[in-house]
Amino acid sequence: MPKVDPTKHILVPKHSKLSEAEQKKLFDKHNINFNDLPIILASDPAITHLKLVKGDVVKIDRDSPTAGKSEYFRGVQ
Amino acid sequence: MVEQQYVFREVKSIIFGMLSPKMIKQMSSIKVVTPELYDKEGYPVDGGLMDIRMGVIDPAIKCKTCGSKLKECTGHFGHIELARPIMHIKYAPLILNILRSICNECTKPMVEASKLKNIITSIEEGDEETTTTGRTKRTKGLVDGMKSTTKCPHCNAKQEKITIEKPTTYFEGEKRLSPIEIRTRLEKISDDDIQLFGLNPEHARPEWMILTLLAIPPVTMRPSITLESGERSEDDLTHKLGDIVRINQRLFENINAGAPEIIVEDLWDLLQYHVTTFFDNAVPQLPPARHRSGQPLKTITERIKSKEGRIRHNLAGKRTNFSARTVISPDPMLEIYEVGVPLITAMKLTVPEKITEWNIKHVKEYVKNGPKEYPGANYIIRPDEKKKKITDETKEQLLEEIEPGYSVERHLLDGDIALFNRQPSLHRMSMMCHRVRVLPGKTLRLNPAVCAPYNADFDGDEMNLHIPQTEEARAEAEILMQVQTQLISPRYGLSIIGCNQDALSGNYLLTSQLEFSHKEASDILYNIGVDDFSRLPKKDIVTGKELISCLFEKDFNFTGKSRDGNEVIIKNGKLIKGILDKANLGEGSGLLLRMLIKKYGEDKTILTLGQLYRLGIEILLRKGFTIGLADTDLPQKAEEEISQILAQAQVDSKDFIKKFHEGTLEVLPGKTAMETLELRILELLNKARDNTGRVVAQNANQTSPSMVMVKSGARGNIINLAQMAACVGQQALSGGRIGKGYKNRTLSHFKENDLTPDARGFIKNNFKKGLAPAEFFFGAMTGRDSLMDTALRTPKSGYLYRRLANALQDLKVNYDHTVRDANNKIVQFKYGGDGVDVSKSEGGVINVDEIIKSTQ
Ligand SMILES: [Mg+2]
Ligand SMILES: [Zn+2]
Ligand SMILES: [Zn+2]
Repeated sequence: MPKVDPTKHILVPKHSKLSEAEQKKLFDKHNINFNDLPIILASDPAITHLKLVKGDVVKIDRDSPTAGKSEYFRGVQ
Repeated sequence: MVEQQYVFREVKSIIFGMLSPKMIKQMSSIKVVTPELYDKEGYPVDGGLMDIRMGVIDPAIKCKTCGSKLKECTGHFGHIELARPIMHIKYAPLILNILRSICNECTKPMVEASKLKNIITSIEEGDEETTTTGRTKRTKGLVDGMKSTTKCPHCNAKQEKITIEKPTTYFEGEKRLSPIEIRTRLEKISDDDIQLFGLNPEHARPEWMILTLLAIPPVTMRPSITLESGERSEDDLTHKLGDIVRINQRLFENINAGAPEIIVEDLWDLLQYHVTTFFDNAVPQLPPARHRSGQPLKTITERIKSKEGRIRHNLAGKRTNFSARTVISPDPMLEIYEVGVPLITAMKLTVPEKITEWNIKHVKEYVKNGPKEYPGANYIIRPDEKKKKITDETKEQLLEEIEPGYSVERHLLDGDIALFNRQPSLHRMSMMCHRVRVLPGKTLRLNPAVCAPYNADFDGDEMNLHIPQTEEARAEAEILMQVQTQLISPRYGLSIIGCNQDALSGNYLLTSQLEFSHKEASDILYNIGVDDFSRLPKKDIVTGKELISCLFEKDFNFTGKSRDGNEVIIKNGKLIKGILDKANLGEGSGLLLRMLIKKYGEDKTILTLGQLYRLGIEILLRKGFTIGLADTDLPQKAEEEISQILAQAQVDSKDFIKKFHEGTLEVLPGKTAMETLELRILELLNKARDNTGRVVAQNANQTSPSMVMVKSGARGNIINLAQMAACVGQQALSGGRIGKGYKNRTLSHFKENDLTPDARGFIKNNFKKGLAPAEFFFGAMTGRDSLMDTALRTPKSGYLYRRLANALQDLKVNYDHTVRDANNKIVQFKYGGDGVDVSKSEGGVINVDEIIKSTQ
């Protein structure tokens, strides 16, 4: 069986890790802490290649028919 | 009357706990010792279940505990001392978890001592996961770990597996554990250890889950009712408690008399059964306790649970006064924001009107008219809020009495505010604020243009009407709920109210072909409620386009498309090109109405919409509009073409069948030969049906009323027409042709394994010609199937919606555009991903180019 790379799939949006500074900026912007974020598992096929640990924040760049691009964030569990 | 005292305190936190035996004794006002209820005189027995120290339900008696009368005393708990400990059914799973987690010998939780300290402090202090969900998760993981331990880490005792025989019997290996043994084990768990299970020892010691005392609910929550015959009928709870007290006493007596253990245990089990059913009479493993009549008793759990329970029935669902419900019927002469109220209802529903110096004169007129003459009044309200009914006898005296400060509950008048609602209320548009119009007749009337938001029709639908009673409620209803404010759907950003049915047919005819004399045109305008004729061109013949243009403002410009794709242009308030059909006038489609709202506001638009609607109907009224059999007539040539298409389909499908039998049919990948054949034939026949439809579309009389309805979008489509004029087509059951119901055939008058279209549900006749018997039967089959399908789907989707609504009800958009739940956790970082409020958009999008253009 050929190995499938889910990140190359057309329906999987781009996932990337947020730097410390970006994280703080996000938290300050919405006055939240890590636990208020939606979650994603470190074992999620879309982010396994990023080798993330609990406490990291993932940024997801999605295509939107109305907004063009939209950003979403998830806390790694 | 004593001045009422209010104490204002902020609720900081709520603690859920269990009642300890000590607590039960403390809050108990009496120990119940006898199952008897009343003595010979019908007076509650001392120490019985209806003892007046637990509250009173008789207006003649005062409560012995607090000295208050009925309604002032909310009742007091009592208690029973149970002869032997009894398991509490609602704690059975927790008890099992604890028993499995602690050592059977030394009753210590089975985690290593070194780890134990750590865990307890981490639960106490709580790290990041201070939320209850986080805690629950941790304790669950911990308990799961302890449960599977087979050797005690403290005393090295081997662990026999604890099992439960539902509902309340526990075993250690083969040995039965009595509630006494279980209670002793639970008692031995230390306060520190118990926190491992997520319990706070101050409020929930585990041994409290096994009852030694049973709290008896106050008499006031289980009142007895006196029947007409003078017989007393007791509440279900009292019945159940009677059983408990009786068996408990027998158990006491037997134990004291030193009866054999078997008898004691039998009684003990019986007491357990009664206590269990007292808490929950729907335990799966137990036969429910029943009345003598056979109906199951309603005990505590049944009182709270499900749709008829306290929560959904009494707390979440309340009943109101000042409301009405009847059948609805249409009246396009009402404005869209109005509701027609029958006179008799208007004389029952009232509005409290405060009397002031300025209105006293005409309010007195209402009182003078009284409750029987419209417009009158039913009650006056004195400044101390005492109500007084207006009757012929009291009228004179009340007229003398009233002065500013009084209120009068007067009949409904035109223009009063009312909330109008149709179930199921799936929408915020299912309940809108309308203005009252009092009308003769006995039905509630509404403009058919608002059928869409309510999803109403007039085949017997009923709707509810509510009259807000306070100034605040009226203001709120007016600002938030008035029909005008609901024009644009928050779902798709277009007008949800628009023309439908006859209004569409009429306006289609009007804008496509009709002409009127100037005189008739002004007459039409007058009849639909327009009295400004200055917009009407001053010439002898006025076209329909010119007539409808009178309803638009002079500076209105619009370009759009009609249903057939042709351009519609309105320039300077004049319709210069195109036909107005459903694409522009209909609900939820087209931007014409959306542009009207944007430019002239909701109040103006709703009036225009009402006029457009009435114009369409007025046109049909004047011209006459009726469909007939002749609408489906086709020229000879077309008939031949249709039979040609159908004959060809027969030939082609026979060809497929032949190939199939010969084995030369080209099989589709992933399908069997049979499946391929079915697919091919289905495809073929559907294509044939579509082709006949095309012939009908091309050859039918384009100006026939049926065609007008189809083209304007008022009702029906070309397939319906084709089914009447040409061919009904293949009947499908669960995605394929009709399968065999008899041995290898669909019906007994076909040969076995007949795969031809006729034998498998293809209806080649049309409705005008009439169906062959077999064809009719096939039609009935699919008809029944779809009926069943809808009947099964409706409750399913209703429940799905309920779950969804409950799950999403407290999500809200915050000031930073994030969507958050009740815990302030983020669900979306920008509402909808784009931050667009759909109800302020045009069809879900913000057209930036248009906005830029409009500012230049
Ligand atoms: Mg109906
Ligand atoms: Zn009392
Ligand atoms: Zn042990």
